[in-house]
Amino acid sequence: MEKRTDKNLYTILFAIIMVLVVGSILAFLATALKPNIDENKRFEKQQNILYAMGVNDNDEKSIAFIPTDKVGEMFTQYIKKQLIVQGDKAVDYEEAYLIDIKKEATKAKDASYQRKLPLFVGEKDGEEFYIIPMRGKGLWDAIWGFVALDKTLVVKGVFFDHKGETPGLGANINQRFFMDDFTGEHVLDGTTFKGVTVAKGNADPKNNNKTDYEVDAIAGATITGDGVSAMIKKDLRMYMPYLQTLKN
Amino acid sequence: MGLLSKKDTKLITDPLADNNPITIQVLGICSALAITAELEASIVMSIAVLFVLGVGNVVISLMRNIIPSKIRIIVQLIVVATLVIIVDLVLKAFAYELSKTLSVFVGLIITNCIIMGRFEAFALANGPWKSFLDGIGNSLGYAVILIIVGFFRELLGSGTLLGIPVLGDAIEKTGVYAFGYENNGFMLLAPMALITVGLIIWVQRSRNTELVED
Repeated sequence: MEKRTDKNLYTILFAIIMVLVVGSILAFLATALKPNIDENKRFEKQQNILYAMGVNDNDEKSIAFIPTDKVGEMFTQYIKKQLIVQGDKAVDYEEAYLIDIKKEATKAKDASYQRKLPLFVGEKDGEEFYIIPMRGKGLWDAIWGFVALDKTLVVKGVFFDHKGETPGLGANINQRFFMDDFTGEHVLDGTTFKGVTVAKGNADPKNNNKTDYEVDAIAGATITGDGVSAMIKKDLRMYMPYLQTLKN
Repeated sequence: MGLLSKKDTKLITDPLADNNPITIQVLGICSALAITAELEASIVMSIAVLFVLGVGNVVISLMRNIIPSKIRIIVQLIVVATLVIIVDLVLKAFAYELSKTLSVFVGLIITNCIIMGRFEAFALANGPWKSFLDGIGNSLGYAVILIIVGFFRELLGSGTLLGIPVLGDAIEKTGVYAFGYENNGFMLLAPMALITVGLIIWVQRSRNTELVED
């Protein structure tokens, strides 16, 4: 005799009910937790921006962000201006750090759309930092980061993060040994934009040469490294018309 | 034996050695290759699988009499995916830092064949308590292999354990590096994980010849 659970009608009903139950649970949870998740994401952005300009609780080896209960206050203290860059001009824009770069990049495929390019001006110990958000593709998923430049367009600090790069390999782009190498690198050769390339070949493992536009790659993470290089070149280039006016 | 009968104990201890999910059942190889370049990632993944397999096995076992056999694999998949997404959402809301560390594992857990394998082979035919023990046993067996592989890959590949340099500084040439030792970058790549798992299988089968298939 055929079992009750083998009947077609039962199977279809079971599938429908299961989908409804699971769907409602997930939809409910996602909506209920959204405010908390959004707040965490906002804190994270502020922490990352501050990290890139050197405002963090790092010691010798560790990566320590400003704690979430203080980050809002520190953000207003250190970030003097939030701008949007348009060609070689920049205009003030409130809460520019909340602009979704991914959405902007998608919208920019339509040539008539004026892409919003957020730029943050920070000040620490009398020195000015220009912090640029970046977003690109790694091996598995998105990678993103912030780079802080000074007026002469020398890198003062970077922060990278990723969604799903391979642990132990590409995932190490958010580690100190990789990020710290960028500090001091030049992105301009005279007036030509060069960016910073994540280079294989071990030509300069201690990273003493700061004007070779290269940092040492992570072994086994070629595609993630190439993604970082491409991201820096693509996103920094868009800010160059404006940043070059500061240099003069 | 108070809490666990002899049979129950076997459910936990068997997968640790003679019925190990990775080396004997050859399940979960994909994630074992992907994330064992670092010891820390191996440990995190082991804990995550322990949780998902323990709870998932119980859920499937409770549903075992009402699941239509024609779509049982899809039902299992939905149960795993839902569990993982719930955990991910809750972590994102209340333990954001931890969730960032774990986010990369979410996809790997859902596609982990150990989980589907145990649902299909055990939970569908056994009661919740036994299924729970089976889930714990198998994820511990998985953890043992992951941690052994992660230990050797991180030590030989990067010269560190849990991110702490244990062999000296490779660039400054201190510790063993002073004698011309070099990190073996090949250890960080997936093929070496497969070879390491192969070596474990070799050791295990030469110690217990009953495991050798013809």
